[in-house]
Amino acid sequence: MSAAVPGSTPLSAARIAAAVRRGERSAVEVVEQHLAVIAEGEPQIHAFNAVMDDQARRAAALVDQRVAAGDDPGPLAGVPLALKDNLCTRGVPTTCSSRILEGWRPPYDATVVTRLVLAGAIPVGKTNLDEFAMGSSTENSAFGPTRNPHDQGRVPGGSSGGSAAAVAAGFAPLALGSDTGGSIRQPAALCGVVGLKPTYGRVSRYGLVAFASSLDQIGPLTSTVADAAVALEVIAGHDPLDSTSVPEPAPRLVSRLDEGVDGLRIGVVTELMGEGIASDVRRRVEAAAEALGAAGAKVDDVSVPAVTYGLSSYYLIAPAEASSNLARYDGVRYGLRVDAPTTAAMNTATRTAGFGDEVKRRIMLGTYALSAGYYDAYYGKAQKVRTLIIRDFATAYESFDLLLAPVSPTTAFPFGAKADPLTMYLSDVCTIPSNLAGDPAVSVPFGAGDDGLPIGVQVLAPALAEATMLRAAIVLEDAMAREVST
Amino acid sequence: MTEWETVIGLEVHCELATATKLFCGCRNAFGDEPNTNVCPVCLGLPGSLPVLNRGAVELAMRLGLALGCEVRPSLFHRKNYFYPDMPKDYQISQYDQPVNVDGVVELADGARIGVERAHLEEDTGKSSHVGGGGRIHEADHSLVDYNRAGVPLVEIVSRPDLRSSEQAKAYVNELRAVLLATGASDARMEEGSMRVDANISVRPVGSSVLGTRCEVKNLNSTRSLARAVDYEARRQIELLSAGEQVLQQTRHWDEADGRTSPLRSKEEAFDYRYFPEPDLVPLSPEPAWQAAVGEALPLLPAARRRRLAAATGAGAASVAMVVERGLDDLVLAALEAGGDPGRLMVHAEHDLAGATGALDATAFAGLTSMEAGGALTATQAKAVLAELVATGGDPEAVAGALGYEALPGEVLAGAVDAAIAANPAAWDRFLAGDAKVAGFFVGQVMKATAGKADGKAVTALLRQRAAS
Ligand SMILES: [Zn+2]
Repeated sequence: MSAAVPGSTPLSAARIAAAVRRGERSAVEVVEQHLAVIAEGEPQIHAFNAVMDDQARRAAALVDQRVAAGDDPGPLAGVPLALKDNLCTRGVPTTCSSRILEGWRPPYDATVVTRLVLAGAIPVGKTNLDEFAMGSSTENSAFGPTRNPHDQGRVPGGSSGGSAAAVAAGFAPLALGSDTGGSIRQPAALCGVVGLKPTYGRVSRYGLVAFASSLDQIGPLTSTVADAAVALEVIAGHDPLDSTSVPEPAPRLVSRLDEGVDGLRIGVVTELMGEGIASDVRRRVEAAAEALGAAGAKVDDVSVPAVTYGLSSYYLIAPAEASSNLARYDGVRYGLRVDAPTTAAMNTATRTAGFGDEVKRRIMLGTYALSAGYYDAYYGKAQKVRTLIIRDFATAYESFDLLLAPVSPTTAFPFGAKADPLTMYLSDVCTIPSNLAGDPAVSVPFGAGDDGLPIGVQVLAPALAEATMLRAAIVLEDAMAREVST
Repeated sequence: MTEWETVIGLEVHCELATATKLFCGCRNAFGDEPNTNVCPVCLGLPGSLPVLNRGAVELAMRLGLALGCEVRPSLFHRKNYFYPDMPKDYQISQYDQPVNVDGVVELADGARIGVERAHLEEDTGKSSHVGGGGRIHEADHSLVDYNRAGVPLVEIVSRPDLRSSEQAKAYVNELRAVLLATGASDARMEEGSMRVDANISVRPVGSSVLGTRCEVKNLNSTRSLARAVDYEARRQIELLSAGEQVLQQTRHWDEADGRTSPLRSKEEAFDYRYFPEPDLVPLSPEPAWQAAVGEALPLLPAARRRRLAAATGAGAASVAMVVERGLDDLVLAALEAGGDPGRLMVHAEHDLAGATGALDATAFAGLTSMEAGGALTATQAKAVLAELVATGGDPEAVAGALGYEALPGEVLAGAVDAAIAANPAAWDRFLAGDAKVAGFFVGQVMKATAGKADGKAVTALLRQRAAS
């Protein structure tokens, strides 16, 4: 892939942190350099809802002070960090790209933000997203779309489109996104970066503004697999503030990256390689399978039948939970309020003015799915399908260590190309099953399509097997580097 | 004419007496400055998540075990509806898998009222409406205090086993006693830490089919509960007697007007769209924890009543009163120390309404023995008891200090004989069977002995003299 995106910085998070920790580069210098890249590229890309220039400079100075005092600021010392704007940041507006949160400044930091900052990372801005993370193109933002750095006439994917574009454009080597049905992996694929959705519960959701609580998971977007491993080590691990957080410490990932895939059994999911998947995308997944086979893995096809029901199950469960999660935006306590004669009328006026069409559509869908008399037929049935998907994955993992699949059915599409919601929903067909199963998956850049735009391939793993998953991801990354250099 | 039976089921909400709220670390306290015990979680701020308070689960289990419930693995659901005092616009509550099921409340008269469930849920904030008479629709503006939002509640749902306003009151009082005994709640209706909704229906006596019910809200005391039950039963009987129908409704009790009025009909009822709360994991209290909670339970009111009745042979009403006053331990200890069971119960029921002060079981026992042996009259015993409560000490010493020296038998006999001799006409009437004259002689003897004589002993002597 031609990674020559204008203004991109060649430095990975790991290299920046190593240099800052050794005192070879100052964090202030790193941050200034990135702010300069942002200042130049951001007017075209619009990756950010807000750039935190001043806070970033102050935080960088603090990191440098600690280095000067002989302290170790941590594994992400001085690394500029872009945060999806649905992650709470104390005192900094957190909008979810929605008008309804107008003016709201959280009084607290999300657990992931606290952990990254403690590890030395420096938040440089809040990134654009589809409103409340509902979408696959970042076109549903109330503040205008983000453009794909590889082709500004095309979407960056979504909903973490701002985070993916920020990493692709060199605005920050590390970004956080959230993934409910593919919202980290799909934009990562479309922007040519690494995007990792951890096991459900691996990373605390405390401070992530909820879309669909049983599916949401925070994860890193980076330019290298190793950076994703470093970031995940920092943000993973039990958090007493999230009851669904896995009661285990963060896994060791970085030290295991080089263990290779020799002897690993890897299955290509046949149900995700057929109709609806562009042939250039399919070819890259096949190439990835070959690369893994060449590295010693035993690669074979595998059927996971229930994944074909993922989309319909997801579009009941996620809106149902969203309809409840988004009820609190009622104009009473914070954010937008549109005055009206009665409380109920004020609620309605506020929500009518504050939410965009896609959010309204999903709230209505979800409300309907949970309604008395429809619950069993919709939400109840969707949960049963979810159980089937979990079961089918479990069966597949009896014979395979990892699975391989496309991320997005196509490369980045032009703005407005998927105006019909159903067409847009199909963008997530390959990513949704992992969310329903609660399993980890990672999108790794693996070449380009016929249009020259990035394609990502997806490595899926059973719950808590991120270490194994990343071993395969880095083998693909290495194979790609060799393919490009030859 | 049809005879009607009233059928009542109660839903009682009680705030649990935990130090902190159900899903966050904020203080659970009544009466603090508004909106001071709040945090991102109980304000329902975006991104916040609930974490279940183990202490609340323990109190709920304690209550459940005290009510003889089965404690089961349970699940929290979201109950969705818009209301300004509910920060998330959904309430986290237990729905079809509550922590406690199938218990019973045993009333003082022995009636056993079924408890369907006692589940955990979070409380809402508290709205006050400024202007327009305090009703939301006419108010100029409304204020919300979220200190109460997220306070742990148990909702105790009875079976429709209650049959009268009196019984409904007795049930609430008994439940309150259990809540206090277990320390689960301070159960104060006036402060709103205990709130009662009543489901009321009527049916012809003998029918086993339930009539259409109305749920009555805004009952702020057991008195309003009783009044509302009576009013509502009358209203429904009048409707049915006139050939009309009772509509299933939620109705509001107006204490001043003494009547209920409709809030909403069945058709207008909210669709709460319950679904499992994805931010919490299922709750299954480990058996060892459950067992420990069960073993630590105090003796409960019904068991205390049974124990006291067995020991004293007193009637149900006296026993209930003495247990309600918390005097049963004292009575039992005094009984152990040789006290007179009947007199102990009479004093506990009538003379110890306030505090027992300095009174101890030995003194209490001694007092009743003196009384039983004729050394003290009932009136004197009462005075000695008051002194024992006030300052303590030994009943004989107190009686002595008060001048209640028991009259030597021959002095009393002499006084009786003197009274007979001085009143021959009256004595003739007594001999002729006029029992009323006995009072006259008692009075004469009292006068002669400066009130130290025991009336019963005098009457006994009179009978003895008459028979000889
Ligand atoms: Zn709180």
